[in-house]
Amino acid sequence: MNDLTSGLKRRRATDKVATGVVYLTALIAIIPLVSILIVVFSRGIAAINAEFFTSTMRNISPRREGGGIFHAFIGTLEQVGVATLIAVPVGIMVAIFLVEYGSRGKLAAAVSFFVDVMTGVPSIVAGLFIYTCFILTFGFDRSGFAAALSLTILMLPVVVRTAEEMLKLVPMDLREASYALGVPKWVTIIKIVIPTALSGIITGVMLAVARVAGETAPLLLTTFMTQSLNLDVFSGPQAAIPTFVWDQIANGTNPSMDRAWAGALVLIVLVAVIYIVAKVLAARFAPKSK
Amino acid sequence: MAKRIDISDLDAYYGNFLAVEDVNLAIEPRQVTAFIGPSGCGKSTLLRTLNRMHEVIPGAYVDGKVAFDGEDIYAEDVDPVNVRRLIGMVFQRPNPFPTMSIAGNVVAGLKLDRGRKVKKSEFDDIVERSLRGANLWDEVKDRLDRPGAGLSGGQQQRLCIARAIAVQPQVLLMDEPCSALDPISTLAIEDLVRELREDYTIVIVTHNMQQAARISDTTAFFNLAAVGEPGKLIEAGPTQQMFSNPANKATEDYVTGRFG
Amino acid sequence: MNGDKVFFGLSRAAGVFVLLLTLGIGVFLAVTAVPALRENTANFFTTQQWLPDANPPAFGIAALAFGTVMTAIIAMVLAVPVGTGIALFVAIYAKPTLGKVVAFLVDLLAAVPSIIFGLWGLEFLMGNMIGVSAWLDTWFGWIPLFANDQDVYTRSIFIAGVVLAIMIIPTISAVTREVFVQTPQGHVEAALALGATRWEMIRMVVFPYSRPGMISAAMLGLGRALGETIAVALLLSALFEINWHITEPGGNTFAANIALKWNEAGSIGLSALVASGLVLFLITLAVNMAARLIVARKRDFVEGH
Ligand SMILES: Nc1ncnc2c1ncn2[C@@H]1O[C@H](COP(=O)(O)OP(=O)(O)O)[C@@H](O)[C@H]1O
Ligand SMILES: [Mg+2]
Repeated sequence: MNDLTSGLKRRRATDKVATGVVYLTALIAIIPLVSILIVVFSRGIAAINAEFFTSTMRNISPRREGGGIFHAFIGTLEQVGVATLIAVPVGIMVAIFLVEYGSRGKLAAAVSFFVDVMTGVPSIVAGLFIYTCFILTFGFDRSGFAAALSLTILMLPVVVRTAEEMLKLVPMDLREASYALGVPKWVTIIKIVIPTALSGIITGVMLAVARVAGETAPLLLTTFMTQSLNLDVFSGPQAAIPTFVWDQIANGTNPSMDRAWAGALVLIVLVAVIYIVAKVLAARFAPKSK
Repeated sequence: MAKRIDISDLDAYYGNFLAVEDVNLAIEPRQVTAFIGPSGCGKSTLLRTLNRMHEVIPGAYVDGKVAFDGEDIYAEDVDPVNVRRLIGMVFQRPNPFPTMSIAGNVVAGLKLDRGRKVKKSEFDDIVERSLRGANLWDEVKDRLDRPGAGLSGGQQQRLCIARAIAVQPQVLLMDEPCSALDPISTLAIEDLVRELREDYTIVIVTHNMQQAARISDTTAFFNLAAVGEPGKLIEAGPTQQMFSNPANKATEDYVTGRFG
Repeated sequence: MNGDKVFFGLSRAAGVFVLLLTLGIGVFLAVTAVPALRENTANFFTTQQWLPDANPPAFGIAALAFGTVMTAIIAMVLAVPVGTGIALFVAIYAKPTLGKVVAFLVDLLAAVPSIIFGLWGLEFLMGNMIGVSAWLDTWFGWIPLFANDQDVYTRSIFIAGVVLAIMIIPTISAVTREVFVQTPQGHVEAALALGATRWEMIRMVVFPYSRPGMISAAMLGLGRALGETIAVALLLSALFEINWHITEPGGNTFAANIALKWNEAGSIGLSALVASGLVLFLITLAVNMAARLIVARKRDFVEGH
């Protein structure tokens, strides 16, 4: 024992305990993910077969086995597609306003703040809003399109944020070089700035898509569920994968629960694939810093 | 107080990169030892090996021996926390804790192992003693509970020195403590270093030759053959002699300002 | 030149649209809520029943508010420490590669849809948590909160809170680790050089420096927990009474109630659900705005110096 080795017992013990706890929390975080993946795969795989992907639930009673997810898959595809088609241009325009035109203005500050706030709007509130505005006030029927609008509201802030980040990364020199050639600002934005930021924006959009593809609550309020295929997103009831799962759980019979798990498996794979591809692309295209 | 440090056969690495090679150097107690040399030659790296701050950087490690009054600080059973308590450090950029008051900064290190058991009056004594020791007391005594970040750069650096000496270390390591400061603050710090020399073993890195000449007793000159090559100790000796009559040609070129 | 004007106008309109949207949510919900609130014969805030389509309508949000707040509190109590721990692991303790892997997995957890959390919670976790609830009852039953007089431990506020905790851990840890990594290296080294252990360094420098960000992370997590619908709807037994015994079956939340009652509601029923949704919206709005303002203030504070 000397100056260099003495003392500190209690402090060193505290440090050890803290380290242990921190490692433990990392483990705790991984357990649910692994558990969810294992449970969903093992229970979902039972009802997965070719029929499940190619048929609908038309004329299949809850007590019967069989049927499939095709109608819900199409519904999700169309609803998310429409939502993306609306949210992406609007979101990019908002980002352009914030980055290219609005910097430092009061309006831009307000917009930026409320974009952040919108990120926290619960998905069910988005559904309520479309119901009260689009359906109740404007008199449209519940439809896949109404559902898509509610998803749009959830996508919009995410798209704005990523587009904003990406636009900010575009070097100022690039814009100035273009202005110096006498190219108008808006052409510069469309021809130079957006293409430069595009890969980043796309990965951001994919993350937003992954998020809304799994949304259930707003769809429950804005569409009616159906067991049949409906290709027309603008009218009539339309299913989606999350509401399909919800519906099957509500049935509660054994074959229905099998279908619910199978639907959950399809959904989680769909979301995870989009998510992972987006992350990989993001890593690939990330501006090389350091 | 004040103990000696003996460095023997020391190599310092960043991952695979050998930054400092084969240093042998004795640092005498109650003296100011200056490290000089062109930038990138490993002065900061070597300094940080002396209180085991080097290993804080991921992948960084050392090979060799650093003896603190005969005891190897890199021995198996030595906790770096103890080493750093005994060998204090002042950094290039003043870094008072922004969330703490001036007084809070001074006692930050002390609170670690004494907790709240210490009486307020004792803390007050230590705050005053340390701030006086750092020649800062008169300037801040009326605003001890204000944030340390509100001080000027030179004051902040003296606050950092007060913080370092509050725990009563044996050795004080300073890495270019004046390089971010204006000339007047620099003089204040130099005066302080001369005073602290009475009680502490001081090692100071400086890129300013005049400063080394003014304040140090011993000077160690480091150099590197080329970028990417490891830095090496070229020679060390009494400052007077190093500046007037160095043994090595490279040292002479450097101290006379012909390169670097 | 004209192209520029048009383009600027378009982008500005898009910005204004976002503002109007946030405003519009409040306005449309409020207007739609009026009929039910006008017809309601019970106190909207204190009543523990939900009979908006009865004659006369009588409904109140007391039980919903209780369930919403209680599940969120349980979620926060569990998720804030764990989320902070993960953030510390990723930002400070782990080697960079391992940290990245853990961060990726935690982010992936955030991408799991609510319906899957609900299904997993209902079919898997709930059964496995009975032991925990029973244990709480046995050893901590003297605290009313953990007492269980029914000896049934499923479909409880507690289990919903646990699932919510898992759902908001990614939110909390992601925001928190962002602020942790921003702690200036100079301050970290200053603390270590004073002879602080790693944990002491964290308490001395990282936590104080990150406090606004940590608070804001917690509030963002809270916002998500308050508004979560489907997982909670699947887990709770949707009773309309306030029950402080959180491990007993019971509980209901604003969001879950809307999803469960929507398709059976008449016109006053829908209006009443919208009214409860408006309350939820205002609460989450307040929480989110507070979270953002705290971060904005911190930005000023840091950049001001
Ligand atoms: N954190 C680090 N990681 C990797 N290499 C480093 C690091 N810090 C310094 N180096 C390298 O070590 C060598 C010595 O650096 P340093 O000790 O800072 O020199 P000096 O203080 O004399 O200017 C340089 O080549 C530098 O690039
Ligand atoms: Mg240096």
